[in-house]
Amino acid sequence: MAPTRRDFLTSAASAAALVGISSRASATSTVDALAALAPSDAAIAAAEPNVRELATLALDAAKSAGADYADVRFVRNRSQNLSTREQRVSGISDSETYGFGVRTLVNGAWGFAASRDLTKEEVARVAKQAVAQARANRSALVRPVVLAPAPAANGTWKSPIEIDPFSVAIEDKVALLLAANQAALAVKGARFVSSSMFFLREEKTFASTDGSFTVQTIYRTQPAMTVTAVASGDFATRESNDVAPRGLGYEHVRDAKLVENAAKWASDAVEKLSAKSVDVGRYDLVLHPSHLWLTIHESVAHPTELDRAMGYEANYAGTSFVAPPEKVLGILKYGSALMNIRGDRTQHGSLSACGWDDEGVKPEDFDIITKGTFVDYHTTREQAPWLDWYYKKLGRPTRSHGCSYAQTWAAVQFQRMPNVSLLPGDKDIGWEDLISATDRGIAIIGDGSFSIDQQRYNAQFGGQVFYEIKGGKIVGMLKDVAYQMKTPDFWASLDMIGGPKSYYLGGAFGDAKGQPVQVNAVSHGAPVTRFRNVNVINTGRTG
Amino acid sequence: MTLRSLALSARYLSREECTAIAKRTLSFATADETRVLITSTSLANTRFAVNQISTGGDSFDSVVTVISKFGKRSGASSTNQLDDDGLRAAVQMSERVAKLSPEDPEAMPELGPQTYREGVNWSDVTASQDPATRATAVKKIADPAKSAGLVSTGFMEAITNAQAVANNKGLFAYNRSTASVLTTTVRTADGTGSGWAGATHHDWSKIDPAALGGRATQKAKTSVNAVAIEPGRYTVVFEPTAVGNLVQFIARAFNARAADEGRSFFSLPGGKNKLGQKVVDERVTIVSDPFDPDVASAPFAGDGLPTQRVVWIEKGVVKNLDYDRYWAQKQGRAPTGASSAIRMSGGTASLDDLIRSTTRGLLVTRFWYLRPVDQRTILYTGLTRDGTFLIENGKITKPVKNLRFNDSPIFMLNNLEAMGIPERVSASEGGEPGQAIMVPPIKVRDFNFTSLSDAV
Repeated sequence: MAPTRRDFLTSAASAAALVGISSRASATSTVDALAALAPSDAAIAAAEPNVRELATLALDAAKSAGADYADVRFVRNRSQNLSTREQRVSGISDSETYGFGVRTLVNGAWGFAASRDLTKEEVARVAKQAVAQARANRSALVRPVVLAPAPAANGTWKSPIEIDPFSVAIEDKVALLLAANQAALAVKGARFVSSSMFFLREEKTFASTDGSFTVQTIYRTQPAMTVTAVASGDFATRESNDVAPRGLGYEHVRDAKLVENAAKWASDAVEKLSAKSVDVGRYDLVLHPSHLWLTIHESVAHPTELDRAMGYEANYAGTSFVAPPEKVLGILKYGSALMNIRGDRTQHGSLSACGWDDEGVKPEDFDIITKGTFVDYHTTREQAPWLDWYYKKLGRPTRSHGCSYAQTWAAVQFQRMPNVSLLPGDKDIGWEDLISATDRGIAIIGDGSFSIDQQRYNAQFGGQVFYEIKGGKIVGMLKDVAYQMKTPDFWASLDMIGGPKSYYLGGAFGDAKGQPVQVNAVSHGAPVTRFRNVNVINTGRTG
Repeated sequence: MTLRSLALSARYLSREECTAIAKRTLSFATADETRVLITSTSLANTRFAVNQISTGGDSFDSVVTVISKFGKRSGASSTNQLDDDGLRAAVQMSERVAKLSPEDPEAMPELGPQTYREGVNWSDVTASQDPATRATAVKKIADPAKSAGLVSTGFMEAITNAQAVANNKGLFAYNRSTASVLTTTVRTADGTGSGWAGATHHDWSKIDPAALGGRATQKAKTSVNAVAIEPGRYTVVFEPTAVGNLVQFIARAFNARAADEGRSFFSLPGGKNKLGQKVVDERVTIVSDPFDPDVASAPFAGDGLPTQRVVWIEKGVVKNLDYDRYWAQKQGRAPTGASSAIRMSGGTASLDDLIRSTTRGLLVTRFWYLRPVDQRTILYTGLTRDGTFLIENGKITKPVKNLRFNDSPIFMLNNLEAMGIPERVSASEGGEPGQAIMVPPIKVRDFNFTSLSDAV
């Protein structure tokens, strides 16, 4: 489905463990915790002879129990979460979880089982259990699964980090957060501030009966802040979501300039209290990429997931208006000719970047929308054959785009969106150019409230900061702004697009889909943009 | 080997195992105070789509979280490696983090031994649910759907969980629990009709797959070719699921500290809150009771505090807000613990009675993509989904297109016309068991729909 779940952003497992007790055992261990200053990495994990040995054992056990295909993932996740509030530390936790999951295909039916117990006996038991699952599932099978061919993958991959976040002292991290809080509270009217840092290192070893064996080390980093200004009987908040989470190391925290930005975020919160409440009506919207990434996520990236289009997510995430494939591929007019959308898992520092996906496929960059026309879906090895007729027509091989992903060792992998981004235009157009070209409009920075229907037609988006544009100039701040839109109409109204210099990569950790819900981390890039004549509502008190 | 022989009861840690793990963990501790949280969980699920099982899986994990305190400094660490090396490493990491952390002026001392009631949220039937049981349940929905030319999709999950809290002051709490859920969406083959039904309970035997499939099928058939209506304010009959979707947001806003700090619906100017004030219709009472067999929850919280029956709203008046131990002490009140499960009062009417009493209005099955718009009023936006109908002169006359609303459950419960008999509902959008919620169907006036959606 969709929702980048806000509550997940400031981090998941460790926070939940601190607060108490989650029915979903979420994470964690500290096997190498004391080696924190000299963290292990993928090379070391790969060198652990027992992982390769256990992987072979799992695949052999699955095959001898009758699996036609099997894969196994060993995943060790280390996460650290620091949170502060005003001048106190509200929580610090450092956690690790290690386990493995085996997926099997028996006569075209999937089975999956997972465990935290890394003994030979348990690996064999779990592999057999996954085969038994597949056999049970076969009783309700109509159309057997067929996998698109994929070359065997072998090698290692690591996120392009400069500074390992687990090598930075906790004192330094806390000092930075408290200094940023102080800078926020120094702004008159700013009453509350919370800030946090979240770091993840995922060491993942994948092996399959197709001969793949890959070892990857993936890092993710997010600094965040929320400032609340309070006046009598009223309050306003500003979230720091113009600083996006990234697949980078501690250098991303350094570059976020939290202390410098805190004062600006606090001033925004205070200014919101006295901002003019918006008049409802149609406006031209000048959208910053720190805002538009979420609109792309909801109205472009989700509806172009092939499992949704084929009805596989109808019970929760929903289906898609971009369906059925034979009536929309190469045909559906999605938006204006300025709209070029690409899927990738290669952008530097993006959340989806990896060497191979969770079924050993090396991801490729692929076009989803070209000059406003829909041309392709996101796929896995199971899904690519569903579009065989289309790829044959185009003279292209039927192969997965590398979109298989599982949130942890305990969850089965399935199709998840890669980075899905709006490509910039050729001309060197920037934010100021769009504002000066706009006579009556609203400029929006940062993402806010968001909601979209289960087929991705009707959506409503808020933001963090809104400015009224009159006669090509910003004349003041607005509040209570949200725009309502119908996806193809909205994208058809895109009439100005920024150049490469205005391109920015937003994103989130909490892209949710599947049952049980799994979260995926993705980035969405965009330049600055203008959309004409969009319906704006006032979200202030109506009752 | 037969399937049955593999169908062992789900794994979880027993009281004795948790006692032993807690004791071992505490034996490695050197901090002034140490708390150990243990959670062990078996998850087992089956998904189906396009009338066949699409995936399924099971997993088992056990996690130990250590919280260490030196004076007012604290840290935490978790591990799922439960041998001595793993537990010792977790304790050492937690203590290292604690020593590095600044003093927390709001630090609270650990609780001493407490008395707990036995939890009532366990079911043997749920704990022994196996893949074959789930496959049989799927066929009870998918086979009739397929015969009728319809497309069924759905999700079933059984969760078996044990949790324990222990500390070095002698506190020990243990509870085992189960949860199960089944939700299904049935659509017409051409995608012009869609119906949903779902149920959740800690006892799987209380869930009837064939009946849920029948309800979703009925809605799919009758929702074909929905007509457009003008957005605006409507009298609405909400099915219990839709009521649960919205009322849970009131429960999430009960935090006393946010209220006292002026950043909540429950705030009043001058650092005061709405305790004692009437905020919704006087027929509305909202209670959490961990030992209510219909909406049971754990007998203790993560800090070891025993949970208890709390009346949040009584006859429309705010009776309690959620005070944690620190804020309760600061404000001179008893800690309540958060609302883990909720039961809302109801009436004696059936859903049909509510429909029959409506001259013109809408019937809403459930909501989707609910997101906060304004915390000051608990204002949310979202859309209707999988069964939205027009009521005219006491009868459902036609399906209508889905609608987006911008409204607050507070306003909704002030505009209350009538309530029916409360039911346990699956109110989590993701179809997981979620928070235990028991709410009635209700009829309200002037619910604010702001736009139409073409989504089916």
